[in-house]
Formats: sequence, structure tokens, C-alpha cells
Amino acid sequence: MKRLSVAFLSLCLAAPAVLAQKKYDAGTSDTEIRIGNTNPYSGPASAYGAIGKSIAAYFRMVNEQGGINGRKLNFITYDDGYSPPRTVEMVRKLVEQDQVLFVFQTLGTPSNTAIHKYMNAKKVPQLFVATGATKWNDPKHFPWTMGWQPNYQTEGHVYARHILQTKPDAKIAILYQNDDYGKDYVKGLKDGLGAKAKSLIVAEASYEVSEPTVDSQIVQLQSSGANVFFNVTTPKFAAQAIRKAYDIGWKPVQYLNNVSTSVGSVLTPAGLEKSVGLITTAYYKDPTDKRWDNDPAVTKWREFMKKYHPDGNVNDGFNMYGYSVAATLVQVLKQCGNNLTHENVMRQAASLKDFRVDTLLPGIVINTSKDDYAPIEAVQLQRFNGKQWELFGDVISTEK
Amino acid sequence: MDAFLFQVLAGLATGGIYASLALALVMIYQATHHVNFAQGEMAMFTTYIAWSLMDAGLPYWPTFLLTLMVAFLLGVAIERLVIRPVEHAPVLAVVVVFIALLVILNSVTGWIYTYTLKPFPSPFPEEPLWGIRYMSPHEIGAIGITLLVLVALYLFFRFTPLGLAMRAAAQNPQSARLVGIRVGWMLALGWGLAAGIGAVAGMMVAPIVYLDPNMMGGVLLYAFAAALVGGIDNPWGAVLGGFLVGVLENLLGAFVIGNELKLSVALVIIVGVLLVRPSGLFGTVHVTRV
Amino acid sequence: MTKKTLIALLLLVAVASIVPFVVSNYRTFQFTLVLVYAIALLGLNILTGYNGQVSLGHGAFYAIGAYCAAVLMDKAGVPYWATVPAAGAVCLVVGFLFGLPALRLEGLYLALATFALGVSMPQLLKYKALEEWTGGVQGIVIAKPDAPWGLPLNSDQWLYFFTLGVALAMFLLGWNLLRGRVGRALVAIRDHHIAAEAMGVHNALYKSLAFGVSAMYTGVAGALGAIAVQFVAPDSFSIFLSILLLVGIVIGGLASISGALYGALFIQFVPNLADEISKAAPWAIFGIFMILFVYLMPTGVAGALRMLSERQKRHNFPAAKNEEEVP
Repeated sequence: MKRLSVAFLSLCLAAPAVLAQKKYDAGTSDTEIRIGNTNPYSGPASAYGAIGKSIAAYFRMVNEQGGINGRKLNFITYDDGYSPPRTVEMVRKLVEQDQVLFVFQTLGTPSNTAIHKYMNAKKVPQLFVATGATKWNDPKHFPWTMGWQPNYQTEGHVYARHILQTKPDAKIAILYQNDDYGKDYVKGLKDGLGAKAKSLIVAEASYEVSEPTVDSQIVQLQSSGANVFFNVTTPKFAAQAIRKAYDIGWKPVQYLNNVSTSVGSVLTPAGLEKSVGLITTAYYKDPTDKRWDNDPAVTKWREFMKKYHPDGNVNDGFNMYGYSVAATLVQVLKQCGNNLTHENVMRQAASLKDFRVDTLLPGIVINTSKDDYAPIEAVQLQRFNGKQWELFGDVISTEK
Repeated sequence: MDAFLFQVLAGLATGGIYASLALALVMIYQATHHVNFAQGEMAMFTTYIAWSLMDAGLPYWPTFLLTLMVAFLLGVAIERLVIRPVEHAPVLAVVVVFIALLVILNSVTGWIYTYTLKPFPSPFPEEPLWGIRYMSPHEIGAIGITLLVLVALYLFFRFTPLGLAMRAAAQNPQSARLVGIRVGWMLALGWGLAAGIGAVAGMMVAPIVYLDPNMMGGVLLYAFAAALVGGIDNPWGAVLGGFLVGVLENLLGAFVIGNELKLSVALVIIVGVLLVRPSGLFGTVHVTRV
Repeated sequence: MTKKTLIALLLLVAVASIVPFVVSNYRTFQFTLVLVYAIALLGLNILTGYNGQVSLGHGAFYAIGAYCAAVLMDKAGVPYWATVPAAGAVCLVVGFLFGLPALRLEGLYLALATFALGVSMPQLLKYKALEEWTGGVQGIVIAKPDAPWGLPLNSDQWLYFFTLGVALAMFLLGWNLLRGRVGRALVAIRDHHIAAEAMGVHNALYKSLAFGVSAMYTGVAGALGAIAVQFVAPDSFSIFLSILLLVGIVIGGLASISGALYGALFIQFVPNLADEISKAAPWAIFGIFMILFVYLMPTGVAGALRMLSERQKRHNFPAAKNEEEVP
């Protein structure tokens, strides 16, 4: 009798261990992990589609190398054309019909806002969303949603701090895109300047993505007499703004948001000699920047592009971005082991400890916890010298 | 005062962009009585062809001429293969075909060339001309070329037999056919010419806004407004309309209502003008016989 | 209504009522959107198909309807079902007022005016003076309604039936309007406005009314769409929405009530199909579908079906005669 009960007891103890070995939610099995995604592959924002395509290529590579714990990654990605109603439709398809384990890198602030409530009600992870808004770091109210990149507002803070330190008599002019992304940056800068914001900022001009040029705005900002120019624009407009400012002889200290720091697709079109002195922040290595020509991580990335993503453009920083974020996800899935539930994915995503992706800048590590849903929280300032970006100062942690 | 002048100059520069595409819209309207919504994307696509040729090592001007020829053939081919089969369909069905062409060209270009921004060379010098800093030499040169195209078109339609035949085919197809004009080919020719003008527009616009598959999206909107405010059947009106829209928009944005609403207000003003002059500023007033 | 069409209609309603019980919630949601688009397309068809006034900016009325619903629910706590008629009423007035100056514009110039409206709408929604209500660039998130009276339906199914009910009402109203005096007057104005005037049709009144009613339909659709998607933002209502609506009525069939439904099915499902076929260039596939439809059915799906049924009749009639001849 006693032996029997011991056996029974050990069976009871063993049972959870056996269960813990393999635990699945929808979208997973011994051979597969299904991952959902939406990206704009059509429409005016289709430049961002490069991110989805490079992530798909990265997963092809992972699968060819045997997958994760023997499971192949099945990346299901749909086109939402950057239209929030379409995102809602596609994400519902992913969750309800395709039964994905989680959605990953859904792109755009409005699109992610549209599915924010739904994902949290369904308790399906909305992991590493591709937007820099602040609201994704809110584990108390939205425990199923997490961002990845440094957020726009804190980047604005970093510039504000630098302006206050180096140019206390600054007269600041701002050019920003008239949407959530542009306004977030402006808010970050203003918060960072604090009480001085009113007196330091002398001009603000916005533009719409449908406008052919921002020439008029640059002329407007120049006539304000500003000596600091904060340039919150996407690549095409960034290049136009840098060129126009130079051409009309306006020579302020220029801060450029890190959305548009690619040497290949922004500074080269603008003119390298016209870009001298630009200041920005960075967190990942720009493949078109000469300084990384012999960097092992970038070389590895180039080989990856050649072998798994030959259609992709090696001058496009989005391909580097996609590669880096996919690498982060692979780490999360490795940590999950055989416990592939919605809950464990989220728990592992929230327990990354000093994780390093080698395509991120040296010194930048990813840390998350159950109260900290902001993976990358450090950036470094850099200045353009006419040939390449030069890092200066320390890695700045933006953690509050 | 300086700020005002600079805004006017910058407005003329962007107005030149609108004018060049508006001219292509007017061209095709004159030849076929359609407004081709795919005109901007056709221009963008041919500009990519020019980019490929130069990427392969061809110098600027030979590329320019070659691209014009390719564009002309592309225009003729589109008319023959895509538009001809819907000749007798309702007007709006043709509009849907134009929209289809727009999305196809946009998507295919993105697929072939990716969406990454590409610089496009200008045939004009870099250094500012006559000390004018607010219009780059390219912008001045582009306006010059647009005016040149305008004059060439005028001469073509006014003084050559072919030009006359095209006008006849557009205005009265039945009578034109009776005097032996091959109306079908005249329409195709009109498409070819419009595509050629579009290619010029694309190659003049690309150095300013940079080459990417969506570069003409915004421009088309303004060119459409410019062509209509000038009078859709008048090339001179289209060019003037382009400058008008460019300058008006800049002045509104800089001095009157700010940038956030300048597009909307500019459009309201244009529609307001049309209410007073329903055929555009320089358009022909049509009288319908009952 | 003949007996035959009545039976067909009842059959259609019966099938539509079964749909949410046999397909998944996600599909039910998609069919809800089809109904929403169908209402919007019927609205646009009243203006463009029946009355010949081309609108390239109907997305603007859709947006106004959607924002009416969202703002009323979010700021004033109005129940969702009450926001639908409110959105319709607002759009009726806005559309009528817009139709008054549009009277002076014809053809392309009207197309430009409406295009301007469609292009401006996202900008207006973002404008800072309105931000307090519209939520600016962030948009408004709204809650999804649950089934009332303890009905054994989940919220997707309930919303589908709610939308189906509204759609039926709107289609019946449209059917009544277009089959009678008003419909004939609209068509007469489209085909020959001077002759219509001479026959005593008040052109100006009917044209502005057509604008108002058309906007009302689209506004109601916008409100329903907002409730279904639970979110509105300026990015949801770009000019491409207006263009998509125009594509919908042409492919469904101009000046046809049933065409609105075919068009709605097209704009809801064909982009998804295109995306399934090619990730590299989904728009290219979508464009090819558009061209194919126009080639094969230049008068839209409704037109093609009509032609088919007429051919069938002609085919049947001589056959019947032959039978008579046989002793």
C-alpha cells in the first residue's frame, strides 16, 4: 500500500513535468510554429513591405538550418495596404482562421492601434510591433502587446538634451510629417526641452506624404532665422529637405530622425557633401555606411541577402531592420523551448536578458521584464562627416 | 518681402513639375477625350527605363532620346492592346481600365526595382545660375524644357498635316474617316505622343523628387487640378494652370492658413474658380445643340 | 415587384440569414463588410450610375459617416444603433449642400471637385482644431456591441444581422425610389438634361437631391463600417477608398441595384485573392482582375447577367414555337 502510494505520488509529480515538456496552443505542433504578420505590400506605403519580405527570408534561412528545436517556422504574411480596416480583417484571419501562435511585426501605428484591443481581448501576443509609438510599452493595461524599436518620443528627448547641452541659445525650426509618427517626435522634443520649449522653438512646418516636395516648408523655416533644424521626415522628404536647405544657403545645426539615416537611400540622393554635420541617433548598423564594410555581422548579413533574399535591395536599411528583429524573435522562441503557448511566448519575450543582436550597434543590448515592454531602449548619437556616420558620446539609455 | 518672393520662386519650381505632367494629360485628352489616370505611372515607369539605360552606362542625352522612343512605343502599344478592346464600353469602364493600369504599373515597377529611393541625374549644371538660390538650375531648365515641348506641340498641331489629321480625328471621327484619315491609328499616335511627353515630365521631375515608384502619385493630383483649372483642352492653359497651382499652394501654406490645410484650401479655391468659369480659365466653352 | 423577383429576394434573404451559422466568425465579419460596401455602392450608383454625376470622392462621405458614429459613441455615449441614422442624416445635409455648387460643374469638372473633397478629407480629420473630437492622427477606438435581449448570438453574428437589417431597409428604399418617378427623372437628366428640363423635371432640385441621398447611403455605410471595424483613423479613408468605390460600381454594374452587391463582393474579396496569388506585386494582380472584368463584362456583372437572361429568354421562345409546330 505504501509503495503504491509512493508510486502514485511520483506519478502525480511526474505528470506536470511530462506536460511541461510539450505544451501547445493553436498554431504549433511538433513540426511547426505558425507566425502571423501584416505589411503594406501594395499602396503608397509599400516601401515598408521590404521589412516583411526580409523577415520571411530570415525564417527561410532558419528553416533550412533545421528550424527551432526541430520545428519549422511558418510565416504567414498578408498585405494590408497600410489601411487599418484591412489590418483588422487580415489579423482576424490570422488569429481565427490560420490559427497563428502570435502576430509579429504588424506594421504602422494606426494599424496596430486598430488591433490593439482585439489582440488583448483574444490573449494572443502582438509581438514586436513595427512602430515607434510609446503606447506599446504598457504591460499593465495591454499585457499582450510589445514594441521593439526605440520609441519616437524618447528619441526626441535625446535630441532635446543634446541641444540644451551644446546650444543653450538655440532657435529651433521643426519640419514634421503630419501624422502620429511626426507628432510623436515633436512631442518628445518639446517634453525634453521642458519649460524652454516655448522660447526655443521658433518655427514648425508640417507636410503631407502626398506632397511632391517640401521646398516651400524649408524656405518658410529658413526665413524664421532658426539656427537649429529638427528634421522629422521619411527618406524621400529627408533627402529633399537636406538638399534644399543646403541649396538656399541655410546652415543650421541639423538633427535628423533615425527613420531616415540610410547613407545609401537618403544621404547619397541628397548629396554627401550637403549632409556634412547632420546629427542623428542610431541603434542598428547601416549596411551602406562604409564604416561597417568589414564588420563580420554586416558581412554575414550580405551573404544572407545574396542567398536567401536576392530580390531585396542591399542599400535598403529596412532589410537590416527586418533581419535584426527576426533574430530577436528567434531568441524568444528558443527560450520558449517546448512550451509553446500564448502565455509562454509573452513571458519569454518579457524575459530577454542582455540579449545582443550582432547587427545592432556595439553596446546596445535588449532587456525586457514583466514591467518593461520596451526591448531597445538605448541609442547613440552620431554625426555625418561627409563619408560615413561617426558615433560620438556614450550609448544613451532612455530607460526612465 | 524676401520671404514672399522666395515662396513665389519655389512655387514656380514645383509648378513647373505640375505643368509638365498636366501637358501630357491635355495631350491625351485632345487626342482621345479621355483623362488618363495612369499618365503619372506611365511617366514614372519610363523614367525607370531611362535609369536602367544610364545604369548600363549610356550617357544622358542618348538615353533621353531612346527613352522618348520607348515611351512612344509603350503608349501606342497600350492603346492598341489595352484600350482598343474597350473602345465601345461606357466611359466609366474605361476609367476603371486606367485605374487598373495605374496600379499594375506601380506594383510591377516596385517589384522590379524595389521601393528604395534612387537619385536621378540632371542634364543641367549644379552651380546656381545668376546667383538665384531659390530655384536650382535644374528647376529653371525643367521649366524651359516644358515650354519647349509646349511650343513644339503648338507647331505640330498647327502646321503639320499629321497634326491636322489628329485634330480632325479627335473632333469628328466620322468625317475624318470619310476623308481618308485612319482614325484608329491617330488615337494610338495620340497615346504615343502623350506617353513621350510624360517621359519628358518624368525625367524632369525625378531629379527633384527622386526616383521611386510612388513619385508621381502626389504630382498627378496637382497636375489634374492644373490641367482642369487651365482648361482641359488648352495646352497653354495647362502650363499656366500648373504654375498657378504651385504658387497658390505655397503662398497659402506660408502666409495664410499654414501647411496643415494648404492642399484642401488650394483645392477649394480651384473649385471656386471653376464655379465661376466652368470650362476652366482658358478652356473652350462647349455649346450643345439640342 | 413580380412574384418571381419576390421569391428570389426572399430566397436571398434566407440564404443570407443562414450564412453566419455555417461560416466562421472571421468570415461573418467579412460578409458584414460586404453588406457595408453594398450600401455605399448603392449610394454611389444613385449619383453616378442613375444620375450621371461622376464622384471621385465618395470616400469622404463614408469617412464623415464613420466619424459621426465614432464621435457620438465615444464622446456622447450614444448607443451604436442610434448613430447609424444620425450619420445618415448628417451626410444627407452635407451631401445636399455639396451638391448645390456642384450643379454648375459637369463631367470632368465635377469629377475634380469631388476628387478634391476626397483628397482633403484625411487632412481635415487630422486638423488640430477638430482634434478634441476626432482624436487627430490617433483616431478613435470604439467598443463592439453585444447581442441584445439575451439572443444566443456572438457579437460578430449580431452585427451581421444588424447590418443585414439596415442593408435590406436601404435597398428597399432605393428600389422604391429608383423604380418610380424619381428614378425616371434621374435617368432622364443623365441621358439628356435639356430634354428632361423641357419635360418638366426640375434639374437642379433632382441633382442636388441625388447628391444628398447618395451621400446619406454612403454615410450610413461608413457608420456601420466603423462599428464593425471598431476603429476610425484618417489613414482609413484615403483617396484610394473613393477610387475603390468607383471601381465597385463599374464592375458591379452601373445603374443597377443588384450591381451594388456584386461590386461589393469584388472590392471585398478580389484584393485578398490578389494578395494570395502574389506577395511581390499584389496590386498588379488586382489590376489584371479589373481589366479582365471590364473586358468580359463591359456593362458590369449585373449587365452581363441581364444579357444572359435575355438571351436565355430568346432561346426559349423559338423553342416553344417549335414545339407547337410539332403535331
